[in-house]
Amino acid sequence: MSQWWTYRPEDMLLFSPRVYWRMFELQNASVWPFQLVTFGAGLLMLGLATKRANGNERWIAFTLAFLWVFVGWTFLWHRYATINWAISYVAPLFLLQSVLLLIAGIVPRALVFEGRGLTSWSGMALASTGLFFYPVLLPAFGSKWEQAQIFGIAPDPTAIGTVGLLLMARGRLRWSLFPVPVLWCLVSGLTLWTMGEATAWLPIAAVALALATCAWAAVRAS
Amino acid sequence: MPIGRRRVLEGLLAIAAAAFVPASTHAQAGLLARRIPSSGETMPVVGLGSWITFNVGDDTALMDECANVMAAFFAAGGRMIDSSPMYGSSQSVIGYGLAKLGNLESLFSADKVWTSGQDGPRQLERSRQFWGVPRFDLVQVHNLIDWQQHLETLTGMKAAGKVRYVGVTTSEGRRHDLLEEIMRMQPLDFVQFTYNVVDREAEQRLLPLAEDRGIAVIVNRPFQQGALTRRLRGENLPPWAKEIGVTTWAQFILKYIISHPAVTVAIPATTSVDHVRENMDAARAILPDARMRARMVSYVQAL
Repeated sequence: MSQWWTYRPEDMLLFSPRVYWRMFELQNASVWPFQLVTFGAGLLMLGLATKRANGNERWIAFTLAFLWVFVGWTFLWHRYATINWAISYVAPLFLLQSVLLLIAGIVPRALVFEGRGLTSWSGMALASTGLFFYPVLLPAFGSKWEQAQIFGIAPDPTAIGTVGLLLMARGRLRWSLFPVPVLWCLVSGLTLWTMGEATAWLPIAAVALALATCAWAAVRAS
Repeated sequence: MPIGRRRVLEGLLAIAAAAFVPASTHAQAGLLARRIPSSGETMPVVGLGSWITFNVGDDTALMDECANVMAAFFAAGGRMIDSSPMYGSSQSVIGYGLAKLGNLESLFSADKVWTSGQDGPRQLERSRQFWGVPRFDLVQVHNLIDWQQHLETLTGMKAAGKVRYVGVTTSEGRRHDLLEEIMRMQPLDFVQFTYNVVDREAEQRLLPLAEDRGIAVIVNRPFQQGALTRRLRGENLPPWAKEIGVTTWAQFILKYIISHPAVTVAIPATTSVDHVRENMDAARAILPDARMRARMVSYVQAL
């Protein structure tokens, strides 16, 4: 892009807030009542992660893998990319995340849910945010209930919930599963900030909490 | 019937406006029009932009709203609709509206090429299919990207009758030096840039140069993407606004732009049928003269 430094973030915003929020309304209408399934899957994963029983990590990884490819295909590729051409380059990352999660589900001890302490509690807080807090937060800021963003249906709660579940885990491949959801939270936070939305801080705060928790754990371990 | 002072003043301003507008009033809808210097074809001075407003994806309810805006635009006598491959789904939404409204002979299709020089012809064909038109009236090089190669391609297409006019664009005051150089060196039909009552840099060199070189001028982002109208919303219009047929800030802003003699058409974008009618009304009746234009600038600066 010529003289890219002269462009402001708002110059990159190709769509109006009204169209952005309508996407979630249309997504919810098109997949209903699948929201009940994804919400239930989120609850189940949170429960399995908390129980820390052997074998649970495989089902958590496989379920997350499905949800990432589902959100990437139905929301990013078929909906968001139609109003924002840049998303057509981001959507394949959701497929990549899905593949990484599948691998994590297959490779022994790639993910292990046996963590305790602050990292685990932070993870649970973030997973709960994606699952319970996110759908009600936006209507509280004035959005319609039909536009609620639900875990496994919309990308933000899916990414935040995934970061939370990963923080609750240990294992060999755990770190390779962070970049895509963290990147998405940053992209979404920047988009919402450019749109002037009050909720822009949430995905950014989720990343900040995750990084701070990991840094704290690393310092303690050293 | 006695002739009041106001009527006399209106008459004088109308004469002044007629001197400013080289073309005659658009016959069908009473819209003021300007001639495209390279051809003499007349163009109503208010067109329709599609940046952000028409990028609604495949949301059929919003696509229908856009089609309603287009219908109101054409019903009011409008001609030029402007878009770009950069504007997300805007091109296909315009195509949806055109298909819904039927064959529109009055349409003046203005699009852009926004890719590498080599990819230009492929992108133009794709854009044409989105619009569903046999050919574009005007193709512009978007933000001067690969402008040399694109202009070579477009000039060839114009010679072959595949496009009627060729132009270049920029926005928000970017790259005016290069734009000026291209305007001096290249045989352009149209140039597009940002100009309004608060962004008046174009008055110094670009607008006089366009007039001198016989290049038609399209003015984009007349409302600073809504920021200018939002800023002025709480302010009162000047008491003399009615003398130039202005009843809203949007009309005030548009009247200032289209009253510059070098401006051919301004292309405000909107999602509202009421707003498109309001914008088109700015292209009716009288335009401010030079004295009134200076007064308009002073008034806005003082707010």
